[in-house]
Formats: sequence, C-alpha cells, structure tokens
Amino acid sequence: MSSSLKQDIILAGVGGQGILSIAFIIDNAALKEGFAIKQAEVHGMAQRGGAVQSHLRLSKNKIWSDLIPRGEADLVLSVEPLEALRYVDYLHPRGRIVTSSSPFVNIPDYPLQESVLERIRKFEGSVIVDSEALAKAAGTSRAQNTVMLGAASKYLIVKPESLVEFIRVLFAPRGEKVLEPNLRAFELGRKAAG
Amino acid sequence: MAKEILLGDEAVALGAVHAGLSAGYSYPGTPATEVMEYLIRVSKGGSLFTAAWSVNEKTAFEEALGTSFAGKRALVSMKHVGLNVAADPFMSASLTGANGGFVVVAADDPSMHSSQNEQDSRFFAQFAQIPCFEPADHQEAYDLTREAYDLSENMSIPVMLRLTTRLSHSRGGVETRESRPKNSLKPGARECWTLLPTNARVLFKKVLDQQAAFVRHSETTPFNRLEMNSGGRTLGIIASGIGYNYVMENLRGAASPPPVLKISAYPLPESLIRRLVEHVGTVLVVEEGYPLIERAVKGMFGIHGKTVLGRLSGDLPLAGELTPETVRAALHEPPRERQALADFKLAGRPPQLCVGCPHADTLKALNDALDGVETATVFSDIGCYTLGWFPPYSAVDTCVCMGASVGMAKGAAEAGIHPAVAVIGDSTFGHSGITPLLSAAAFNTNMVLIVLDNGTVAMTGGQPSFATGERLLRIIEGVGVAKDHIRVITPLPKFHAQNVRTLKDEIAYPGLSVIVAVRECLEEAKKKNRRAE
Repeated sequence: MSSSLKQDIILAGVGGQGILSIAFIIDNAALKEGFAIKQAEVHGMAQRGGAVQSHLRLSKNKIWSDLIPRGEADLVLSVEPLEALRYVDYLHPRGRIVTSSSPFVNIPDYPLQESVLERIRKFEGSVIVDSEALAKAAGTSRAQNTVMLGAASKYLIVKPESLVEFIRVLFAPRGEKVLEPNLRAFELGRKAAG
Repeated sequence: MAKEILLGDEAVALGAVHAGLSAGYSYPGTPATEVMEYLIRVSKGGSLFTAAWSVNEKTAFEEALGTSFAGKRALVSMKHVGLNVAADPFMSASLTGANGGFVVVAADDPSMHSSQNEQDSRFFAQFAQIPCFEPADHQEAYDLTREAYDLSENMSIPVMLRLTTRLSHSRGGVETRESRPKNSLKPGARECWTLLPTNARVLFKKVLDQQAAFVRHSETTPFNRLEMNSGGRTLGIIASGIGYNYVMENLRGAASPPPVLKISAYPLPESLIRRLVEHVGTVLVVEEGYPLIERAVKGMFGIHGKTVLGRLSGDLPLAGELTPETVRAALHEPPRERQALADFKLAGRPPQLCVGCPHADTLKALNDALDGVETATVFSDIGCYTLGWFPPYSAVDTCVCMGASVGMAKGAAEAGIHPAVAVIGDSTFGHSGITPLLSAAAFNTNMVLIVLDNGTVAMTGGQPSFATGERLLRIIEGVGVAKDHIRVITPLPKFHAQNVRTLKDEIAYPGLSVIVAVRECLEEAKKKNRRAE
C-alpha cells in the first residue's frame, strides 16, 4: 500500500483521450526522482475508441510484475467517469479514485451521468473534477488529461515541480500555444482537487 | 551507463543497434510494430543502418536473410501470425544458417488483444530447431538481443527472440552498453546457401548435430537460472519469460520461497530441469503461451513419484495470458483484498471505427447495395474495417488472416455463394491480396473485390502502404482485371447514392470486378495537419 516507497496507478480513459501523455509525464518525473518504473499500456485494435488503460508502477525497490495485481492499486486516475469504475477491482481497500466527471459517450448503453458519479462517490475519498470546464478555462478542451494529472498530483508520490518539468518537455516542442494552456490546466486541476 | 525508459519492443531494437545492426525489416503488426518504429526513428533516415517496412513478413524475412548472407547483422520483426507468412524462408533458414548474425523477433499476443489467434512462437523455434530467447523484463530484452547476435554468429544459426504483449508494450528502465561496430561485407559460401537436395541433406545433418551444443548453451547461460532458495523440497517452480515476473510478484515477502528455475533460453536446459525435478515432489510450470515446457517436463506418462502442474493440469488456464491473479491462485495464495463495483452494471466499450472514417461510408454503401439480398456474403480481412462486424454496420461475415478475403470469396463464389464480395484494405492487399486476385482474374470469377484505399496501415498507427493510389490501380489492371470493371469511388456521405449504384452494377456483372474506395485515413489526415501547424 501507499508509502513513500511505491505507488501503483491505473490510468484509464477512452482511446484518444491522451492517457499515454499522462503516463509519459509521471514516468519521467518518477525516474528523475530515483524511482524504478514499469508501465504497461494498450496499443493496436483496442485504441480505436475503446476502453484503454495503463498500469503504472513506481517503486524505490525492484518491480516484478508489469501488471498491477488486483487489490494493489493506490490510485485509479481516469479521464472519463465510466472508465474509472471499470478498474475499481484493482484498488487496494484504501486506494482512491481521481476522475473526470465529463462522460465520453460513444456507446448506445451509456448509463445516466448522475448514476455513474453517484457510484463513484460511494468509494471513500474519491475526487471528481469537471475536466471539460477546467480545460476550456485553461484555453483548450484538449487539455482534459492535463487537468486530471493536476488533480492527481495532490496524491502522487512524485513532486508537482517534477511533473511540471515534464509537461514542458512534452508540450514545448508544439509551441507556446499548446504549452501554456497545459500548464494552466495542470494548476486548475490541482486546485480543483482541494 | 545511460539509463533509458523503453518499451520492451524498443529495448530489443536498441539492443540490436548497439550489437552492430546493419539492417532491419518488418511488416507492422501488434504487438511487434514498435520494434521497427524505433529502428526507423534512430536510424537517422537510414544513414546509420537500414530500417525499413516491407510489403509483408515473408519479404521482410528474405530481405533480412539477404543481409545475413552478405555477412552483416540483420533483424526481422513481426507479430506471431506474421511468422506464419514468413514460415517458408524461416524453416529453411536454419539450414542456410546465419552468415552475419540474424535475429528473428516474434511477438506473441496471448489473450488476442489485437489478433486472430494466440499461437506460441516458441513452437516455431522448436520446429526449425533453432535457439530461442524469451526475456522477462526490459533489461533482458536489451541484453538478450546482444546475446542472440553473439550466439547466432558463434553457431552460424538464426536465433529467435520471442516477446509477448505485456513485455512488448510495457515501459521500463534499461541500462545500455557501448555500441560495437557493424560487420563488413563477407558473402556466404554458395554450398551453404543453395538448398538443392544434395546440399540441404548435408546442412540439415549439421543442424541436427548442433542441437547438443544449443542445449549446452541453455544450461550455461546466466539467463537460465536455478534459484534454490530456502523453501524446502515440496514445491519447485519453473517459470519462463514474463511468467517469472508474476511468480516473483507473488513470492515477494514469502518467508521461505520455493526453488525457482527461471528459463529465458531454449532449447530447454535439461540438466537444470533435472536438478529441480529431483529436488522436489511437485513442479509448477508457469509459462506465457501454450504449455510447451509443461508438456516436455511431464511427457506422455508423467514422472514416477512426481506431480507436474501448470496449464495442462488446470492449475493455470489453458487459454489467454497469465496475470498476477491466476499465478497467485496456482500458488494457493488467497486473493488480495480489494474494492468491488458490486451492484453497478458496467457497459462495455469495444473498439470502433472513428467518427467520419471512410470505411464506414463504404460499408454503409455496401449494406444498402446488398439490402434484401439474403444470399450475399461479405468476406473481410485484417484491418480497421473488420470492426464493421459490430453493429450498427454488421457488414462483414468473415475475417481469417491477411489476404483471405480474396481467396475465400473466389472459393465461395465457385461453391455457389452469390453475391460474393471481398473487402480488403490497400496495405493488406499489397501484403497478401495480389496473388489471389491474379487467380480470380485468371478464372474471371463472379465476385466483387472492394479495396479500401486509405493510403496507410491504419490499425497499427499509420505505417506506409505500398499498394496505394495510382500504383494500386496499375497492379489491379496488371493482374488481368478487365479495365471496364475496375471502378473508383469516393466514400463520402454526399456520394452515397452514386456509390450504391456502382456497387449494384458490379455485383450484377457476372464476372470479376474490383471497386477501389479512395479516401485518406482520418487519423493520418489529422497527423498531417498537426505537422503543418
């Protein structure tokens, strides 16, 4: 379980929502702070608008399994509320959900948004953030993933400064027009997490 | 040395580069794609070494074999089913042997995350009687690739490097070594490379004679390791590749862990297995894929006085990939406490065609053209358009392997299916669709082939297609399809009625027609726009 020595995180979302960008930033921040990392991700067919997840493991000790064992995850970090619920059986009894409240509806049987959020709230300590509104406020609706990274940064064992450093590394090559909204999105997400 | 975060696929690629690679060839396929993507990225436009996509895996294999013939180090990478396509040269390459070091990377996809079956490539290595390495983690993926080149050159034999999805697509830290120079040109001896029966008999005998040396290598390499631990003589574990990680994850903190034999090099290290089996009463075999080790250890009748457990015994599932949980259960550890969703009904979210995908417009037109025609059958192929199987399209009836749509439509048409429609993407057509179309053209079979030309290999992330645009049209005409029955359509909603008419006309024509639906993949168009920004 969570200590300063290890953290296991399930990243969740729908193909195309940018969870691998979140993973890149946490991976590199963790490596810089002297953690070992393993990060299992999804490529290929499943990426086409389907449910995608990434298992991200950080530890000061040797990491064996590339997959997080069910019951070991400290955090489910999701860019989509229904997707947050898909992985709760990975959560440790004291693990936490940090999720966006903005649904990505591309299936006919998507449940009522309120029923999804209500179910999430039943998990103790869950944090729900309106990533869509905050990303727009930051300047681009495409930065919802960075909003969620900001929200999760309250609970990550890597320092926020390290995360910001690699937000810069990732987005600076795409110019100020992309970088600045992402930096704002991170801060807005962090504040929204309370 | 430098530490880098790499995908398992990338660790193999970098290991090859540092081992003195001269050329790599591949055809895209999950989970192997990123080996070549990485090679292309670090090749500096091909100035450091050759890194190129090929038209299919057989071609890629033969190109790499040519590199090896020339005395230089070669790599070919492919997904498990790609090795079926390359099986012809693969099975004979053990006879020619390797002149320059030759590593065959086969990435298996147990649980079929993005594949049509879950075959285990270790059987192919056994079939060809060549050594096979199976890394457990990123560092081993890097190190074993170097080791594979050394073994390949020392023993003049191609070496397989077998990966599975969870390592291919997992990132981890790798400490790299110094790079070594490439080989210089030194062509192979003609008597070793001309597989006339008179030469092949001699060369096959040589491969058979080498087997004992391969086993000795497996018994002495540090990548196969018997860790006796302190856990007594009841249970012993044999764990290979990624299965070893799940075993160790579950033994973390165990007071007296059982002995573990880790296997990452094949053929099987007989003496190490014997030592473990003699030491314990029960052996649990944990391997990703089919029960290759388990079957070998157990034999047909088992070992007197010993129990062998694994996938065959039902202690682990026979199908699908291993997980930390299935391995935990096989170790008789209680499940970890966890949270649960309980009463909430979770809607599934399967992959689907992108909104606005050109394939969707073609499939809609096809559905309308075939509306009410009960006997119509649509033979599909490998690519994004196979997602047209799902509602709301429900537009295709088969998908088997690369190119099967064309040959199956011909066979079915000749068996009396009408209309018989084949649907294939441009890259899949280049890969394996041209020869069956040649066959259909020779017989003027009553069928319609629709080639979806989106100009890319979309499902795997947008690699170049070789049979697209003007060249595609010239190929279709060149194999003998009547020019009047090669029709080009633009799959857009505004042309829907017109496209339905074209399809209906060609379905009514009692001979071979090919309809080419041309519109760029949306994802690729987006990427181009982003680059232009």
